[in-house]
Amino acid sequence: MTPLALTHFTATSCIGRGLTETLHSLLVGRSGLTPCAFETVRLETHIGEVPGVDGVSLPPGLARFDSRNNRLALLGLSQDGFIEAVSACAERLGPRRVGLYLGTSTSGMLETEIAYRRRDATGALPARFDYAATHNPYSLATFTQRVLGIEGPSAVICTACSSSAKAFASARRMIEAGLIDAAVVGGVDSLCLTTLYGFHSLQLVSRNPCRPFDAARDGISIGEAAAFALLERPSGAPGTILLTGIGESSDAYHMSSPHPEGLGAQAAMRQALGTAALAPQDIDYVNLHGTGTPSNDSAESRAVSAVFGPGIAGSSTKGATGHTLGAAGALEAVLCALALRHGFAPGGVNTTETDPTVGFEYLRENRRRPLARVLSNSFGFGGSNCSLVLQRAD
Amino acid sequence: MTSIALSAHIGGIGLIGPGLPDWRGARGVLSGERPYCPAPTVLPPVEALPAAERRRTGATVRLALAVAQQAVNDAGADARTLATVFASSGGDGAICHEICATLASEDRQLSPTRFHNSVHNAAAGYWGIAMKATASSTALCAFDGSFGAGLIEAMTLAAVDGEPALLVAYETGYPEPLREKRPLPDAFGVALLVDPHPSPRPRITVTLTDAEADRMPQPPLEALRAAIPAARSLPLLKLLARGGNGTATLDYLERRIQVEVSGCP
Repeated sequence: MTPLALTHFTATSCIGRGLTETLHSLLVGRSGLTPCAFETVRLETHIGEVPGVDGVSLPPGLARFDSRNNRLALLGLSQDGFIEAVSACAERLGPRRVGLYLGTSTSGMLETEIAYRRRDATGALPARFDYAATHNPYSLATFTQRVLGIEGPSAVICTACSSSAKAFASARRMIEAGLIDAAVVGGVDSLCLTTLYGFHSLQLVSRNPCRPFDAARDGISIGEAAAFALLERPSGAPGTILLTGIGESSDAYHMSSPHPEGLGAQAAMRQALGTAALAPQDIDYVNLHGTGTPSNDSAESRAVSAVFGPGIAGSSTKGATGHTLGAAGALEAVLCALALRHGFAPGGVNTTETDPTVGFEYLRENRRRPLARVLSNSFGFGGSNCSLVLQRAD
Repeated sequence: MTSIALSAHIGGIGLIGPGLPDWRGARGVLSGERPYCPAPTVLPPVEALPAAERRRTGATVRLALAVAQQAVNDAGADARTLATVFASSGGDGAICHEICATLASEDRQLSPTRFHNSVHNAAAGYWGIAMKATASSTALCAFDGSFGAGLIEAMTLAAVDGEPALLVAYETGYPEPLREKRPLPDAFGVALLVDPHPSPRPRITVTLTDAEADRMPQPPLEALRAAIPAARSLPLLKLLARGGNGTATLDYLERRIQVEVSGCP
């Protein structure tokens, strides 16, 4: 594929608003997971809640889009001069030439959950409840387009936990086809009862902060995040973070369990390496999907070993951020961009005893070392797999 | 910057809607040779899924898989190797209702099957399992522009990546009280297999336009087109049903999509 530059990027999750706080948390190995006190949820678990989302006010003209998800989107967009960078790009290229491809899994589902509690005597939802502007997945794109002042083609990718990694793939095809010259890509997913109680019903949620790849791992911690990148054709400036490879595949195995050998994951990683014209040994670090469930990490462990062999170093950053579901792909792409820019491979926090069956080097501590090329994995329900290769321009 | 023409052949078509039982049966109606007789949409059982999986699927998955299967059969294609694009303006409305009603009740215990079926890519996942399809699969949403967004996604897969891609666009109705907020009159699904390889089948070329979208000449079909996002495809289906060359302008987002059909005998 033709490489694309991440000319601007930002991330907001429970480990920080914007890049400075996020980088600091990674460097000191801080987890943002806390005991769950979200909304009316009564579950014994830990979550990665972004502080202050409820206090975000939407601009007056966009009041109908008011949802936790769009507030989190605005909080994320407002960091690191991202809105200004996109505005300048839209001015340069024309707003119709800047596309928008975002991932989410539940978008503003929380608003519908709350509206159902407020049904009247006839069973009708409150008059002010606005499905299209708050709950529907595309409300995230309409809202983001208006905030950014861009008017190009857009879509919201909803492939569960691979959503915002696959947003990069859709944007790449659009730029390569010449339909747009740049794209804002990203993911926004926010806490809601459906995912907290839903993953609980599948017995996939840990009571404790999640411990990816630990011998005693026992489930995920659900988080929330907003992460964005502006993708443009590269200028050739050294140090630029480039997207050079993308792999997409399907497990065709089970709706909520990965293929035990991670065959689909292997295909996605191999395709990502292939499109980047790289060999496995060219990769310095793998940001694992690493959710912290026994079966997910075991399948991914086998897949990574099969593709890279024992020499590869990898970690999951979900011990710090929680599993941010539809935002995980974009969040972890931004974490990889920070790792490339600042020369370190982040260690996986919370994990104290690495699963002895893991056949590669699982990093529990940060490793300060220049990185040239990294790969990030995102896998979702329905067997949807996506791997991204990011590298630093020489 | 050079643009790649978004062109591909229509290798196969699938269709199910109100009074439109399948593509073969709907052709004469869409071409104007036979009158349109409105009737509730009938969803066929999904034969491709193992019995255990079949029991777990709702109307949305059944609709999507049925139209996808029609298009693959029409094309004589190998479903295992096809990239897929599933486009829908929402997930399964009945499941969404049941989850929200449970979460609003005293006992919030959700059904695990209902939870994993609530994901927007449920149809994509079941299609993969049914067909052993391991290629790339996307599920996307652009609200009322979902058909157009899906068409562009499938066309870029075909034109940029050189892969045949199966577009499946589908909507089922919502139960009350959601229906009042999102009134979709009935289920409608369409599938198009777009193939970049040389073929005697009609070829389509897709561009963005500021022209107005085409309307359907028959008022009840125009009502469907305007009410159901997947039915925004009807002007293109009409053109394909007539078997002639020409252009159809379809609703998308702020702009419209112009589809030029050529190569018809």
